[in-house]
Amino acid sequence: MDILLQQIINGLTTGSVYAIVALGYTMVYGVIQLINFAHGEVVMIGAMVAFTVIMAVAGAGLPLPPVVIVLAGVLAAIPVCMAIGYLLERLAYRPLRHAPRLAPLITAIGMSIVLQHLALLVWGRDPLAFPQIMENASFVIGGAAISSVQIGIIVLSVAMMAGLTWFVYRTKFGIAIRATAEDVRIAALMGIDANRVIAATFIIGAALGAVAGVMVGTYYGIAHYTMGFTLGLKAFSAAVLGGIGNLAGAMLGGIVLGLVEALGTGYIGEFTDLCQWPLVGDALAERCAADGHAVLFGSNYQDVFAFLVLILVLVFRPSGLLGERVSERA
Amino acid sequence: MNQSVKVLSLSVAAAVAMFGCGKKEEAPKPAAAPAAPAVTVVKIGHVGPLTGGIAHFGKDNENGVRLALDEINATNPKLGGTPVKFELVAEDDQADPKVGNTVAQKLVDAKVAGVVGHLNSGTSIPASAIYNGAGIPMISGASTNPAFTEQGFKGVFRVVGRDDQQGPAVANYLISTAKPKTAAVIDDATAYGEGLANEVEKTLKAAGVKVLPREKGTDKTVDWKAVLTKIKGKKPDVVFYGGMDATGGPLLKQARELKIGAAFAFGDGGCTDKMAELAGAAAEGLVCSQAGIPVQAAGKQFLDGYRAMFKMDPIIYSPFTYDAAKLLVAAMQKADSADPAKYLPALQAIDYNGATGNVKFDEKGDRKDAEMTIFTMKDSKITPLAIIKSGKSLTLDEYAALGTAGK
Repeated sequence: MDILLQQIINGLTTGSVYAIVALGYTMVYGVIQLINFAHGEVVMIGAMVAFTVIMAVAGAGLPLPPVVIVLAGVLAAIPVCMAIGYLLERLAYRPLRHAPRLAPLITAIGMSIVLQHLALLVWGRDPLAFPQIMENASFVIGGAAISSVQIGIIVLSVAMMAGLTWFVYRTKFGIAIRATAEDVRIAALMGIDANRVIAATFIIGAALGAVAGVMVGTYYGIAHYTMGFTLGLKAFSAAVLGGIGNLAGAMLGGIVLGLVEALGTGYIGEFTDLCQWPLVGDALAERCAADGHAVLFGSNYQDVFAFLVLILVLVFRPSGLLGERVSERA
Repeated sequence: MNQSVKVLSLSVAAAVAMFGCGKKEEAPKPAAAPAAPAVTVVKIGHVGPLTGGIAHFGKDNENGVRLALDEINATNPKLGGTPVKFELVAEDDQADPKVGNTVAQKLVDAKVAGVVGHLNSGTSIPASAIYNGAGIPMISGASTNPAFTEQGFKGVFRVVGRDDQQGPAVANYLISTAKPKTAAVIDDATAYGEGLANEVEKTLKAAGVKVLPREKGTDKTVDWKAVLTKIKGKKPDVVFYGGMDATGGPLLKQARELKIGAAFAFGDGGCTDKMAELAGAAAEGLVCSQAGIPVQAAGKQFLDGYRAMFKMDPIIYSPFTYDAAKLLVAAMQKADSADPAKYLPALQAIDYNGATGNVKFDEKGDRKDAEMTIFTMKDSKITPLAIIKSGKSLTLDEYAALGTAGK
């Protein structure tokens, strides 16, 4: 039971990060139906900028509490990522707003490669070890360990998701975003500055991404210029899983994906251990007797689960778990 | 970029050179380039990952070769009566077997006289077929998977030990110190990681230790929590990981966060000071092995030269690639030719005292009597505990007293 609880804690932590990154994909898609493939790279740059600042502040030898140092990293990463998010929209996507759907998509992939290589030039090719300044206290609950970083990630993610929901549903600008998502032209006729709203979705998504980048960096203790790719792909899967364009869907999709990944990795080995299944077990009796196990799928299938779930959802519920709006979008 | 320009500008001279020291060795030098002095260029290839998560290993290996060739060129070497200059052609295989084969073909096309590398067993093994087909000898200074020299290729050598020596060495150390009842073995699903993990598992099982079903990640995995949680439930006494430090660092850190108290042991891929940086305090007490002598025990000339040239300490296997490059040249000088067909017999029969001690090859191309070293992480530095030579366990001082790596 404690192992199950531990896997759920692991899954919730990675799931929270996926959810925050997925929000960046889904907001942009909701407004201009563009899959911003460069978003994963924005997250990576957030981690890299935070790394540089944290190293500089920690290296300065000031008697600051670790939380303040990490906060300094986050506060530096957010504006940088916001600026990148804005520039992406302004320079790469806005000129293509009325081009065929494929053009901005290819541009997005191109921007992703550009950002990745920019990071390679600035931060080099070695994996960067995030400084271990946060005292990583582990607490034991019901036999499962949860670290202060994990608590921080989950709490911060929930707070950001709540904040974003409040912003989109309870403020005037949020209403403008939803109106633009509904129909850009009609919203413009009602006096909404569509360009401003679209730029804002990029900026908000990038700010969330910056925080996610710092979370990933502190959680795994490592940052690398290629880290945005897989993370972005999984967050994108999470957004599609929940129903792309739908905020609650991205949050749910992220959490579900994190849990599926953790539980899948944790239990597939035991589940596909052929020795426990009567019929196959007899056929492999010799190997089972010698080894005790004949595992068909092992934990190296970790990265496969995200995409397996994505395929299953797309087959049986093409609009995603909560995505009733996709059909009208596509 | 720099490299390719250099290679390009030399290609004219080199084409003449290869022609010269190739098949038509006896023929008088065909009117060597009129203006330039009659120095023949002999190209030596080096391949290792220079980008990606383990680029620091690749660069360290390349530095060893660079230093060796620099030292040799300073002695104004001659082959067949003509002055020669050894030129390094360094390539990046990104630790990827597909890229490894491409750059191997590139080196063959560039007509290198010999190759030092590759680094990862996963790239060395497929690339060796390409070099073998072209008749170019290769010496790896880091590939430890036994299969590398078991293919029956005549021109394939290694100056480090094999994983069927390294695996038992580290496993036996664990058995004698941690006295485990249950062990977990994890690998990164590469030829190296999986091969070494298999050897460790074999030795543990032979000693009556219960080994849990194998867990795997990839050579890019940084999230090990799910795997480790599963392992935690089985309460192993020791955990062995076959993989590199870029993935091993996060693994160790996450294991301690999950409060797994087991002793951890890594192979040579996770046996660097970088582990302390990546895993922080969690790295203390880690046991790891290298398939050779520790860098501290390497020859003084090498250590001084390396520090002077690169302004840093060697990381792990640069003494071995340094020796590998020197072995190639020593064999060429013995045969008085850079033609692989002529110097290969001299390389097979070589008896050379290098920075890593005496080097002789057996008929497979493995180093005879290769040392193994067991380390532990102490104060963020990997510290050698025991050097295993000819079945005997020596301390660093005892090994130094033998004076084998004097040069």
